[in-house]
Amino acid sequence: MKTTNIIQVENLTKMFGDFTAVDAITFEIKKGEIFGFLGANGAGKTTAMKMLIGILTPTSGNAKVAGYDIYKNTEDIKKSIGYMSQKFALYDDLTVKENITFYGGIYGLSREQIKEKRCQLVEELGLQKVTNELVSSLPLGWKQKLAFSVALLHEPKIIFLDEPTGGVDPITRRQFWEMIYKTAHNGTTVFVTTHYMDEAEYCDRVSIMVDGKIEALDTPKKLKELFKVKTMNDVFLTLARE
Amino acid sequence: MKRFIGFIKKEFYHIFRDKRTLFILFGMPIVQILLFGFAITNEINNVDIAILDKSKDVTTQEIINKISSSKYFSVKQFIEKESEIETIFKKGKVKATLVFEKDFSEKLTKENNTTVQIITDATDPNTANTISNYVNSILQKHQQEINVTKITPYQIVPETRMAYNQELKSVFMFVPGVMTIILMLVSAMMTSISITKEKELGTMEILLVSPLKPFQVIIGKVFPYIFLSIINAVVIVLLSIFIFKMPVAGNLFLLGAESILFIISSLSLGILISTISETQQTAMMLSLMGLLLPVILLSGFIFPINSMHNILQVISNVIPATWYIIILKGIMLKGVGLAVIWKETLILLGMTILFIVLSIKKYKIRLE
Repeated sequence: MKTTNIIQVENLTKMFGDFTAVDAITFEIKKGEIFGFLGANGAGKTTAMKMLIGILTPTSGNAKVAGYDIYKNTEDIKKSIGYMSQKFALYDDLTVKENITFYGGIYGLSREQIKEKRCQLVEELGLQKVTNELVSSLPLGWKQKLAFSVALLHEPKIIFLDEPTGGVDPITRRQFWEMIYKTAHNGTTVFVTTHYMDEAEYCDRVSIMVDGKIEALDTPKKLKELFKVKTMNDVFLTLARE
Repeated sequence: MKRFIGFIKKEFYHIFRDKRTLFILFGMPIVQILLFGFAITNEINNVDIAILDKSKDVTTQEIINKISSSKYFSVKQFIEKESEIETIFKKGKVKATLVFEKDFSEKLTKENNTTVQIITDATDPNTANTISNYVNSILQKHQQEINVTKITPYQIVPETRMAYNQELKSVFMFVPGVMTIILMLVSAMMTSISITKEKELGTMEILLVSPLKPFQVIIGKVFPYIFLSIINAVVIVLLSIFIFKMPVAGNLFLLGAESILFIISSLSLGILISTISETQQTAMMLSLMGLLLPVILLSGFIFPINSMHNILQVISNVIPATWYIIILKGIMLKGVGLAVIWKETLILLGMTILFIVLSIKKYKIRLE
């Protein structure tokens, strides 16, 4: 397997006034990897991620996403990434079909491409019966899967998932992770933040942020060995208590 | 461009699928214009009055006949004692009482001088004022009629003409005001709500992460409202022309251009509001308290600016609606052109540019 770094971060820092939200973090992510980005609330996960997806300018440090510089080429970065937040941002008052068409449209897909993608997506998710229903009538789990698929419409190189499984039942979470595996298998890099430590076990590698710094970064297996504990949950608690 | 069209299409779906939005957009303008035009008026009609006639002679009878035959008053009851005045006022049966003094005719012919007392219920000062003016003018007319036979050596006859609104129709005053309020509400409130809605839903974040540029997102959000506001303006002008027979004396193109300028200034205010509010409720409250109230109270729509306290006059001058109302009244009622209202137009233009610059700056800070 070729090991090219699709994300390369060096001493990335973000200050808000005197407060250092992200404190000189350094890491790299390989192509096709599932990278878990862990941390307590307020640890700086979201801020770090916002810098990588081009909607927040760093105070200092360097980073390249999909080969593009996060200061100069944010437009190119935006075209190469997909993003899904914990709110599964679909429009409730638009139908499934309209949502797909809209998001395909803003990523500049042609009408034919959108149609092809839509048929494929609807079939994969088993949404044939509800394509013309409003999204508001769908159960949460379906919305989440749809939001994920919509974020992948334009075949991004990297997909950023911000706590994608918040408020979803365990079975749907399980199914969702199967989708993530499939995506990674197809060569898309997955960058995922989560609160659920059992999900951290599914990742190829995880980083744990505490107070703006990355305190640990390795495969779940090695981290557990390093901290001499049995679960990722214990790894996290050990770090957070320090 | 194709992305942009898709965006606008989506925006129209939002508007046409939300009944509340639809009502505010199209129901409210019509309801308001009709309300202000028909129901809310400063004119008085068929006001109930009482009469205390202490002389009961030919002259008083003549005057009473004149008053009761006018469309403004209907004589509800005749009373006999001064003490009754208080009672009927308290019961709220009549709005005014006329008191003719004793030996009215005799005094008038012999002493050339007599009095009628007009007592009005001033719990509603505006109406009280209007009533007393109307009674006065009826009395004056009567006086002129009896004076024809006599020769008065010196006389000043005031001839009043109410220019631009001969019949003092209050709807003429309301139309420019209502039009201002509606354009402001639709443009500022509706856009700020629709932008904050995307923030609340989290879709704004998705849009900002997409290849769409921030200004494309904002233009896409406000564009439908420019379009709908223009339709609203046209509906209001048509209603006032055809239902209230209000003449539009000036150039319709100028009216349209000035309205678009005002719409844009309100839209940029709406964007400004959306950058400082996190939720739809905040945006709505800010629009209502920060925009609607000042427009109603301080723009000269209802209360004359000249009689306001100095500080309020200053505030009034920084409200864009104040200038738009002057422009509207100028074009609609007086039929003036740009040669007369260039100053107001320039001020409105300046404010618009200021709001646009401010909202772009604020918007950029938000993105940081």
